[in-house]
Amino acid sequence: MTGVKFHRPIALLAGILAIFAAVAPIDLGVDGLALGDHLWSRMVFGILGVTALRDSQDTPQPANAIWNLPFAALLAAVEIVDLAHMSGVRGWGFFCGIGGVWLSAWRTVDIVIARTPTRGRRAQFMRLLVPMIFGATLLVMWETLAISLEVPKVILPTPFAILLRLVTSVPTLAADFVQTAQGVIAGYAIGCGAGVLIAIVIDRVPFLQRGLLPLGNLVSALPIVGVAPIMVMWFGFDWQSKAAVVVIMTFFPMLVNTVAGLSAAGHMERDLMKTYAASYNQTLLDLRLPAALPFIFNGLKINSTLAFIGAIVAEFFGTPIVGMGFRINTEVGRMNIDMVWATIVVAGVAGSLFYGLLALVERRATFWHASYRQGVM
Amino acid sequence: MLNALWQGKTLPVLAVCAVLAVFWYAGSVWLNADMQRDAFANAGKADFTMAELIDGTWSQERPKLPTPGQILVELNKTILDTAPTSKRSLVYHGSVTVSATLLGFLIGSVLGMGLAVLVVHVKSLDRSLMPWVVASQTIPIIALAPMIVVIMNQFDITGLVPKAVIAAYLSFFPVTVGMVKGLRSPDPLQLDLMRTYSADRLQIFLKLRVPASMPFLFASLKVAVAASLVGTVVAELTKSEDGGFGARLLAGSYYGQTIQIWSALFAAAACAWVLVTLVGIADRLVTRAMGARP
Amino acid sequence: MVRSESASPVIETSDLSLTFETGDGPVHALSNISLTINKGEFVSLIGPSGCGKTTLMRVIADLEQPTEGSVSVNGMSPHDARLKRAYGYVFQAPALYPWRTIGKNIALPLEIMGYSKEERAERVCKGLELVNLTGFEKKFPWQLSGGMQQRASIARALSFDPDLLLMDEPFGALDEIVRDKLNEQLLRLWEKTQKTVVFVTHSIPEAVFLSTKIVVMSPRPGKIHDVIECHFPRDRTLDIRETPEFLDVANRVRQGLREGHSYVD
Repeated sequence: MTGVKFHRPIALLAGILAIFAAVAPIDLGVDGLALGDHLWSRMVFGILGVTALRDSQDTPQPANAIWNLPFAALLAAVEIVDLAHMSGVRGWGFFCGIGGVWLSAWRTVDIVIARTPTRGRRAQFMRLLVPMIFGATLLVMWETLAISLEVPKVILPTPFAILLRLVTSVPTLAADFVQTAQGVIAGYAIGCGAGVLIAIVIDRVPFLQRGLLPLGNLVSALPIVGVAPIMVMWFGFDWQSKAAVVVIMTFFPMLVNTVAGLSAAGHMERDLMKTYAASYNQTLLDLRLPAALPFIFNGLKINSTLAFIGAIVAEFFGTPIVGMGFRINTEVGRMNIDMVWATIVVAGVAGSLFYGLLALVERRATFWHASYRQGVM
Repeated sequence: MLNALWQGKTLPVLAVCAVLAVFWYAGSVWLNADMQRDAFANAGKADFTMAELIDGTWSQERPKLPTPGQILVELNKTILDTAPTSKRSLVYHGSVTVSATLLGFLIGSVLGMGLAVLVVHVKSLDRSLMPWVVASQTIPIIALAPMIVVIMNQFDITGLVPKAVIAAYLSFFPVTVGMVKGLRSPDPLQLDLMRTYSADRLQIFLKLRVPASMPFLFASLKVAVAASLVGTVVAELTKSEDGGFGARLLAGSYYGQTIQIWSALFAAAACAWVLVTLVGIADRLVTRAMGARP
Repeated sequence: MVRSESASPVIETSDLSLTFETGDGPVHALSNISLTINKGEFVSLIGPSGCGKTTLMRVIADLEQPTEGSVSVNGMSPHDARLKRAYGYVFQAPALYPWRTIGKNIALPLEIMGYSKEERAERVCKGLELVNLTGFEKKFPWQLSGGMQQRASIARALSFDPDLLLMDEPFGALDEIVRDKLNEQLLRLWEKTQKTVVFVTHSIPEAVFLSTKIVVMSPRPGKIHDVIECHFPRDRTLDIRETPEFLDVANRVRQGLREGHSYVD
C-alpha cells in the first residue's frame, strides 16, 4: 500500500526556493542582489538548494547521499532562525528560505519514513523521530514567521520567548504545578479507587449494576466540571475543592470501565474456576480482576486527562493566588500571553508524562494482552 | 411483567434515582442545618421542632445544598415563566451555549473527518502529524480556552465565534482519532477482496473504508459533542457578558446563588444529554441505512 | 458383554433429561439418557453437533442442571462431587490464563485448593513431565503452539490428581497430525494413570482409537442411539487404524451416526 507520491515536486520546489534564498535580497529595503551580505547564510541556502535539486532527480544516488538533504535542511533551519532574530531581515529571499526549509523538512520526513524498518529498536527510534521533526519544523515556522511578520507579543509570542519565560519563571510555575497537582493526585486517587471498589461491590448485585451503569454512562457525557463552583463553596478555595471536582469527574468513567472489565473473562475460564469449586473471592482475584486490568487501565488513562481538566477548570472559579488554572486566568487578563503559554506547556508536559507513566505501567501489568504481544510499540 | 421490569433497566435505574433523591434530601438537611440554626437564633427563635428545622433546611434562599425540588422550581421559573429573550431566562442562556456548541462541533467534526481522510492516504502526515493529534488527547487542551477568547477579543471577534472555535478544536481531535481508527478498521482480508476486484483507491475508500468507519466515527462524535459543550461553557467563564450556562455558573458563584448554579448545571446536563442522544439517533439511522443489525 | 475393567460405576445417569427454554420455545437438549461409566473406562461421546454430547458432559460436571432424572458421580450428586474436586475438566480451547506462565497455570487449581508451595512445585514438575512440556514452565501460553497449550491444559486438569477426567473435544481445534500425536499421548497417559475418562468428540477414528466404550448420540432431542464396546489392546498404536477390526467398529459407529441422523429430517 503506497501513499500519494509527491516526493519529487516537493524536493524540486524546496531546491528552487533555497536557490532563490541564496541569491535574493534577505534584508528589507536592499534592492537587487546584495551578495555581499549574509554570506554564510547564502552559502547554507545554496547547499540546501543543490542537495534538494539533486534529491529531486530520478538518478540513483549512493546510499549515504540520501542523508545530505536532511543535514542541509537542519543547517538551514538553524540559520533561518538565527536570521529571523536579526533586525531588518524581511527581504523576499528570507521568506523563500523559510519555504525552502519547510519543504525540505517535509522531504526529510518522507526520507526517514522510507528508511524505517518494520520492526526493531531502530524502527521505534525513527518512528519517534518523525513527529519530532514535524514538531521542530512547526516551531521553526512559528518562530521565524511570528518575528518577521511582526505578530504582537500579546497575540502570539514566539516559542523562544515562551521558553525564556518558562526558564525565568520556574519558581512560580513550580508552585502552580504543586498546587494543582495536589488536587489532581488526591482527586484522581480517590475517584479511581472509589470507582473500582464500587464496581466490585455492585458486581454481586446485578440489580444495582443495571441501575448504575446507564446512569454512569449518562453522567460520563455530562459537563461535570460545572460542579466546580459548588465544590469551591463547599470545600473552600484550596486544593481540596479541586480534588472534589476531580473525584466526581473520574468516578464514573472508572466505574463503567471496571464493570465492563469484570465481565470480560470468558465463559470457559469461568466454568474452569467452577470445576475447581473456587470461591467467589478466588474467582475474582485469580481470574476476573486480572482479566479486567486492560479495562481498568483504559479508565485510568481516560481519567488522567479528565483529572487535569477538572483541576484546572475548577481553579478558574476561585483559588488561592497559586495554581495553573489561576495562573492562566490571571495572566490572560494581564495580557501576559507568554506566561499563559508557559503554563500550558507545563500542563501539557505534566499531562502527557502522567499518561505516559500509566501507559508504561499498563505495559508491565498487561504484557499478556493481545495488544502488546506482537512486539512493536 | 413485574419480573420483566426487574430484569430490565427501567426499574433499577428508577430505584437508584430514588435512593439518590433520598440521600440528596438528607444531605440538604445535613449541610444546611447549621445555617438554619443560625437563622433561627438570629430570629430569636430559641426552641424549634425537628420538623421546623428540616422544613427550614429545605427552603433556604441560598442553601449549601438546595433540594431537587428547589432546583426544579427554579428551572420551571427560569424556563417556562420567563420570556426566552430575557437575560434571566435559562432558555436564552441555553440557546447561547448550544448554538456556539453546535457551530463549533460542526466545524470541528468536518475538519476532523477531512484530516482523517488525508492521514489515511498520506503516509508522511500519518507519521508526523498523527502522533501529535493522539498526544493532544492526553493533555488538558481546554486550558487554551481563556487565551483564545481574550486574543480573539483583541481583534474584535466576540460573541459566538470564539466559543465556537474552542468547541471546534475540542471536537476536532477526538473525531480525527476515531475516524482514522475507523478508516483503518477493515481487516486485510476485506482489503484483499477489494484488490481482487482491482478496485481503485476511491472505490476502496467509498465502498469499504467509509462504511467500516461509521461505528468509530459516531462513537467519537458522541465524545466530541460532549467536549464541545464543556469547551463552550468554559469559554463563557472568561467572557461572561454574552451569557450562556458558563456565565450563569460564574454569576451564581459570585453571588452565592446556589440554586441558580444547580439549575444551570441541570440545564447544561440536559442539553448535553439531548445532544449526545441526537448523535446516537443519527448513529442508529446511519448504521441501519448501511444494513447493520439493529 | 465382556467387562475388562472392574465394574464399579463412577458415573450413573438414569432417565436424564434437560430442556432449555429459549425464545423459540423449548429445546430438548437431552432426553432420557441412561448411562453407566465404570472405573477405568475410556468412554467417548460422539454425535453430530446439537446432539447434546457436550451438554451431557456439562451436566456430569455440574455446569448445567438437568430438568429431570438423576445423575451421580462417585455416588454423590454432581454438585457435591464438584465441591469435592472429583474431576478435571478439559475444554475445547486451552483456556490458559495469559497472565500466568505455563507452570503457574498448572498450579492454578492447586492454589485454589490450598496445596502448599512445595507440593505445588512438585506436582507442576510432574505434570509438565507427564505431557512432555518440561522446560516450558516459565513460558507464557501465547508463546506456545496450540497443541502445546492444550497439553498444558491437560496437565492442569490432572495436577490435583482427580480420578475422573472430562474432556470436551479437547483436540477439535488442532490439525490432524498434531491431533494424532496427542491421541497417542493421551492413550499412554490413560494407561499409565488408570483414570476414568469421558471424552467428547465428533471424529470417528479418534473415538474408536481411544475408547473402551463409544456412546453414539443423535440430535433433537439429544439421546443415546447406540453404545459400542471396543477392546483393542491397551498398548495399541496408530497403526491399528488400518486393521479390519478397527474399520469394523468405525463402520458400526458411522452406521449409528447415519441412522441417528435419518429420523431427524
